[in-house]
Formats: sequence, C-alpha cells, structure tokens
Amino acid sequence: MTEILRVENLAKSYGTFEAVKGISFTVREGEMKALIGPNGAGKSTCFNMLTGQIRPTRGEVFLDGARITGLPPRVIWRRGVGRTFQITGTYQSMTVIENVQMALISHNRRVFSLFGRARALYRTEALALLDRVGMADQAERPCSVLAYGDLKKLELAIALAHRPRLLLMDEPTAGMAPSARIALMQLTADIVTEEGLSVLFTEHDMDVVFAHAHHIMVLNRGELIADGNAAEVRANPQVQDVYLGGGMLFKEIDHA
Amino acid sequence: MGFFIAQLLTGLANAAALFLVASGLSLIFGVTRIVNFAHGSFYMLGAYVGITLMGVLPGVLGPYLGFWGAIVLTGLIVGLAGALVEIVVLRPIYRAPELFQLVATFGVILVIQDLALMVWGAEDQMGPRAPGLRGVFRIFGEPIPKYDIVLICITPFILLALWALIAKTRLGVLVRAATQDREMVAALGVNQRWLFTGVFALGSALAGWGGALQLPKGGADLLMDFNIIGPLFVVTVIGGMGSLPGAFIAAVLISVLNVFGVAYLPQSTLVLMFVVMAIVLIVRPYGLLGKEEVAGEHGQSGAPETPIRPFGRRGRLAVAGLLLVMALLPLVTQPFALVLLTDIVIFALFAASLQFILGTGGLVSFGHAAFYGGGAYAAALMVTYAKTPMEIAFLFAPLGAGMLALVIGWFCIRLSGVYFAMLTLAFSQLVWSLVFQWRAVTRGDDGLIDIWPSAWLSGTVPYYYFTLVVGVLGILFLRTVIHAPFGYALRAGRDSARQAEAMGIDVKRVQYVAFALAGALAGLAGGLFVFAKGSVFPTELEIGKSFDALIVVFLGGVKTLSGGIVGATFMAAVEDWLTRLHYWRLLLGLLIIAVVILAPEGIVGSARRLGLRLGLVKHTEAD
Repeated sequence: MTEILRVENLAKSYGTFEAVKGISFTVREGEMKALIGPNGAGKSTCFNMLTGQIRPTRGEVFLDGARITGLPPRVIWRRGVGRTFQITGTYQSMTVIENVQMALISHNRRVFSLFGRARALYRTEALALLDRVGMADQAERPCSVLAYGDLKKLELAIALAHRPRLLLMDEPTAGMAPSARIALMQLTADIVTEEGLSVLFTEHDMDVVFAHAHHIMVLNRGELIADGNAAEVRANPQVQDVYLGGGMLFKEIDHA
Repeated sequence: MGFFIAQLLTGLANAAALFLVASGLSLIFGVTRIVNFAHGSFYMLGAYVGITLMGVLPGVLGPYLGFWGAIVLTGLIVGLAGALVEIVVLRPIYRAPELFQLVATFGVILVIQDLALMVWGAEDQMGPRAPGLRGVFRIFGEPIPKYDIVLICITPFILLALWALIAKTRLGVLVRAATQDREMVAALGVNQRWLFTGVFALGSALAGWGGALQLPKGGADLLMDFNIIGPLFVVTVIGGMGSLPGAFIAAVLISVLNVFGVAYLPQSTLVLMFVVMAIVLIVRPYGLLGKEEVAGEHGQSGAPETPIRPFGRRGRLAVAGLLLVMALLPLVTQPFALVLLTDIVIFALFAASLQFILGTGGLVSFGHAAFYGGGAYAAALMVTYAKTPMEIAFLFAPLGAGMLALVIGWFCIRLSGVYFAMLTLAFSQLVWSLVFQWRAVTRGDDGLIDIWPSAWLSGTVPYYYFTLVVGVLGILFLRTVIHAPFGYALRAGRDSARQAEAMGIDVKRVQYVAFALAGALAGLAGGLFVFAKGSVFPTELEIGKSFDALIVVFLGGVKTLSGGIVGATFMAAVEDWLTRLHYWRLLLGLLIIAVVILAPEGIVGSARRLGLRLGLVKHTEAD
C-alpha cells in the first residue's frame, strides 16, 4: 500500500508551551487510522495543522508526496482532503440538501456565479450523497431542526462531496448514543472500503476505535507514544500507563 | 514654543469630557454588546440638565458647592434616565438578532432630541463659568483658561476612580466577567438583568458628567448629540471597544490632534480624525488596547433562520399586481404623490443594497451612505466638470460607487462584527468630510446643482417611470444574486465561515465582491436620486443617511430582501406624513421603538409569524 499522508516532525508551540512536539507518521491508502489520547494530548491541534486551520511551528505535511504545510484550509480541501469537525458547522439557514449542494457548487468552481438558481444545481449528485449516508428522506428539512446524529451524517455527506482521497474526522461520534456511534462508524467503514479512500480520525470511545481502526496512534502530551495495530497498541506498556484505568477497557474488548 | 504648549494643554483639557463620554460607551458595549447610538443624547442631556442645575443650586448651596454639586447631581439624573431607557426600551429586545438594539437606540435619539427641544427650547445655551476659575493662567506667555488646567488635573483622577471601580469593587468584577463571557456570568447566578441596567445607568451617568463638565468651555445645543457621535466612536474604536485605558489614550490622542489640526490644517480637521482611526484599525484591527472579538463565539442569538425560498406563484402574482398598479398610477394621481413614490423606490433600492450585504452577508455596514452619496456625487461631478450627458453620467453612479466600495472594502473586509461596522463608519465619514471640506471640487455644503436629466426624461412622470424601471431591475438583480450560487456562498460564509473555508470557499473574497456589488447598487440609487432632485449636498453622505438605511432594513426585517423594501416604503411614507407635525421626531422615535418592541423580527418577519398563526401562510418545519 502506498502512503497518502506523510507527516514529518510536526510541532506547534504556544509561547513556551509545546502542544505538539514534533510527531511523524503516515496514513496509507485505504486504511482507517485512529489518533487517540487523553484530553489535552494535542489531538485537535495536530488535526487543525493537517487541514490548515493552524499553522505549524515546524515540520512538514505531505499529501501524496506534495507539500501542503501551512496552506489555507480551502486549498487543502481542493487537493482532496475532506474533514468533519468536532462541533458541526453546517449552514443553519439552509436545508439539508442545500448544504451538500453548496459543497458541490464549490467543488465545481461555481461560487462566483451571479446568475442561475443554486437550488437547481447538482441536485442529483447531492441526493445520491445523502442517500449514501441514509439522509435522502430528510433532504428538504431545514438544517436547524436536525437531530444531532443526523447532523453528523450530513457532515459526512458534505465531506464526501468533492470525492476526497483522505478524510479527516475530528471526534466523529462525540456526543452520540453508543448504538448510533457504532452505526455511524460502520457507515464510514463501508464507504472507505467502497470508495477506496483513507480516513484519519480522533476518538474518545475505545469501542469505536478498536472496532474500526486498522491502525492506532496514541498521542500523549504532544508526543506520539505508540503507532501500530490494535494488539501492538494494547501491549504497549507506555500506553497502558497513560490510560491507567483504561487497561480495563482494553480487556473488555478482548472478551467481546 | 508657547503656542505649541498652549495647543497641547487645550487638547488635553478637551480630552476630559470626551474620555468620560467614551468610557461610558465602552463600558456599555463591553458588558451588553449594545452599540448605543443614543450615547451622544445622554451627553447632550447632561449639558442641558447641568445648565438648569447650575442656575438653581448655587443660589441654595453657594457658588462653589452649587457648581460642583450641580455637576455631580447631573450625572446621577442622567444615569437614572439611562436606567429608564434600558428597562423600558432595551430589556424587551435583548433576545432579538444581534445589533437590532441599535435601531431602538436610534429611536431614543429622536425622542430625546424633541424632549430637549420642548423643555429647553431651540436656542443654543451658553454654559456658566466655573466659580473662582474665570481667568487665565499665563504659560510661556500664552493665556490658558484656569478651568482647562483644572480639567487636565482631574482627568487622571477620573481614570483612576473608574479603574478602581472596575478593578476593586464587586460591580467591577461582575462587569469584567460579563465583558469576557456573558453566558458564564449568567450561569453563575448573577442577575444579568440588573447588571445590564446598572452598567447602562453607569455608562449614561458618565456621558452626563461629560456633558456637564464641558459646560464652562462650551454650552448646550440640540446638535451636540450628533456632533459627538463621530469623535466618540472614533475614540472607542481606536482605544479598543471595552477598554478604559484605551479610551483614555485615544481621547487624549484625538483631542490633541484636533486642536493641532485646527491650528495647522484647518481644511482637514474632519478628515484627520478618521484617517487616524483608519490607520489604527488597519495596523491594529481591534484598537490599541482592545481584544480580538471572536465572532459567533456563543452562537447566533435569536432563532435560526429558515431556509430562503423564492416567492411562490401567489407571491409573484402579488408583486406583479403591485408593479402594475405602480405603472398605472401616473394616470390617476397628483404629481406630488409621484415625487413621493419616486423617493420611495430610490430609498427601497438603497435599502435593498444594504440588506444584501447585511442580511445575506452578515456584514453590518454603518457607512453605506458613502456609496449612495458617492454614486450621486460621481454622476454630478461628471455633469458639472465634463459636461457629460445624463445617460453617460448616470452610469458613473454605480461605477464610481462600486470602485469606491472596492477601495473601502479592501480595508474593511478583513475585520468582522462591530469592528467592521466601525471601520465602514470611519471611511464613510472620511468620504463625507472630503466632500464637505474639498470646496474647490465639490463646492462643500453649497452642493452641486443643476444636475438635470435629459429632455426625454425630464418631468415628474417620465422620471417616475425611469426610476421605477431602474429600481425594479436593480432589486431583481439583487434577488437573482441572492438565489444564485454566489448568494448561497455568501450566506454560507455568514452561517459558518469555518465550514465554508473548509469546503473551498474563499469567504473574504466572496464578501469583498458582495460589498462591491452592494456599493454599486447603492450608487445606482444615488444616481437616481441626484437626477430626481437636480442637486446633491454632503448630507447624502452623512452618518444620518447610513443610519436611515440601517433602521429601514432592521425595521423591515433583516432576513429577507423584501424586508428592506417594505421598511423603506413604511419609513418614507411615515416620515412624509409625520414631518408635517411639530414634534415629529418624538413621534417617529416612539414609533420606531414601538415597532422594535412589538416586531422584533422586523415587519416582514413578524407579519409572516402572524400569518402563520392565522393560517394564512403555509407552515414549514423550522417555524
């Protein structure tokens, strides 16, 4: 498998505090990789550097061999990286399908069109995307009335609109009921297999992580302390140390 | 040397009152996030109340205690008035969309203006001299009024006292906490209502003290409220909204600059202040000591918007019917009614262009008149100097205004929220003062006259048709853009700039283009205006003109294009009717306040809600 994302020595400092201390890793094509770690480990900072929201202090990010370090989010998006946010940022004044259409309009570089009805553009494609995440029946509902889980699904549909090769998901299941979490990640996993894209996600729920991630990275105090498959990460004494009580959790999964 | 020091001291003395008033505005904004346009009115009220008290108290308490007692008492009285305004006018509308409150404060301005006229009369009043401080000190041979020296000496103590109040008292702790995070303070069980009232009263009292303190140097007149708004906002913004030391530094800076400006560059006094502000904001977008405003940190206030829909068949029929009626009107009505209708159409186009950038774009511009007046002047200058025929000069109105918007937008778009609003205000004032003071070209307040349409359009009826066609086409163009991909992208950037950037939309560039479009359309309205009146004066560029458009858009309803149009029609008709009455400002002010309280979603939004309740409008899920 070839690598789609390569991160080299990536670091971010705020004054004297180093939130991320020079981490390196790769994401390979077609894999689902999880980035886990306790609160404040630097997961979100790391994520925001990958998608351009935060400029790294040092280090490099390569997408498919091309350097994307420090590019603005919209440029990174155009290079084929989709992302979902921990706190969803859908357009409240639009309907579900209009949210997806907006992404398609941008993808087709029609943002500066002053004429023509936006509502009539790319409807079929938008509906197909909504269908993919099981939201087609809610296409015409205002975004502002959606249940939280549905909002997450909509976000996934939006992130898939420009056919990304890499999808970055920041806490995709945070705030969802346990059963809904599994369902959403199963959906994501199916899409990954079918479309052949790669996913990097952060997650707090270990059930979700161990059920779906092919590889797991553990971040602690800005340092990468483990990077491997589930068994390797579980066996890592440093990880067990960080997750003190979490050791229990790992065992439960073994039984499951 | 002596002259230089004298100028410096005069500037420092002038800073005292300005700092007091500005600190009040800053406090109110910091805690309540209300941009209080009526703050100048409390300053004026302070001056009038001060004069009255200074006439009475010295007879009772003796000259010294009487004079200084009057000043102290004035602040308390004005503070009470402020509390009253907050409780009656603002409290009911805190939950309304952001910045909606400024319309209400504008109503308050009008009410206080007429009340002052009723109580104190139209004549300017001289302020009494301070007892024992009538003469001058000689400093390097230059006469400096003793009162100036006293003011210079007490200003630092005022700053210190305010600082102590904010830093050391429980009220101060609450104020600082609320300035940082209102939701959290409310969650901690602080009675927010009374905190807001208290802060509003304190802020108003400071304005009142400022008004009373400047009396021996000036006096009281009915234009004070508007005259101080410019410097006031400049000081608050340069210092940083919500920062007291910032307000102090800025007040000194602006006052000193102003005095030297009068001495050395008398033609550019008005421009100077706004140039300084523009430079400060370009270098430090949040003022000298201000903190970055995190837009939408706590989410949008008010209910989420419903998705927009083009009018259905019935709506379109209604609009077509209305246009048909307007087209047939010249057959039956009097010319004066057509003149009024022409004004309404022009105003509606102007308001619609503001609504576009404000509602759809989420960019509240306080200086939209720059483009309206700018367009009018562009056409008028072409006619006056190049003898261009009307047909071509008219095209320069949207063109010139659009270019002006490209220049101003380049500076402003990088900011957001209230700082964006303030910078647009600064630039529009800059344009206004240029036109006002560059007499060689613009003829200043004599205006440009004899700007008449070509023969085929002259006369009330032909020009009415011309205005109707251009106005309707302009509004239809805006409507098309709103429903086009560009309009959606603009809305996307407003709803969530982060998400829009993360889907490849260059939000700032979209906003920049939208700002230029809105400017061009406002210029189009200005072009219609100048040929309708045959002349243009600097008043078309004034703050007041920008506020007119803002009020109309908020009154009509921010959320839909029709809001601006309905608001403009309502306002123009009401004004035409009310201005015939003696105390029309009072009535208009009360009317505005009433609409704001009764219809917090604007006329269109609230009518729609009423229609829903009565079953006249189809129910959608989000309602």
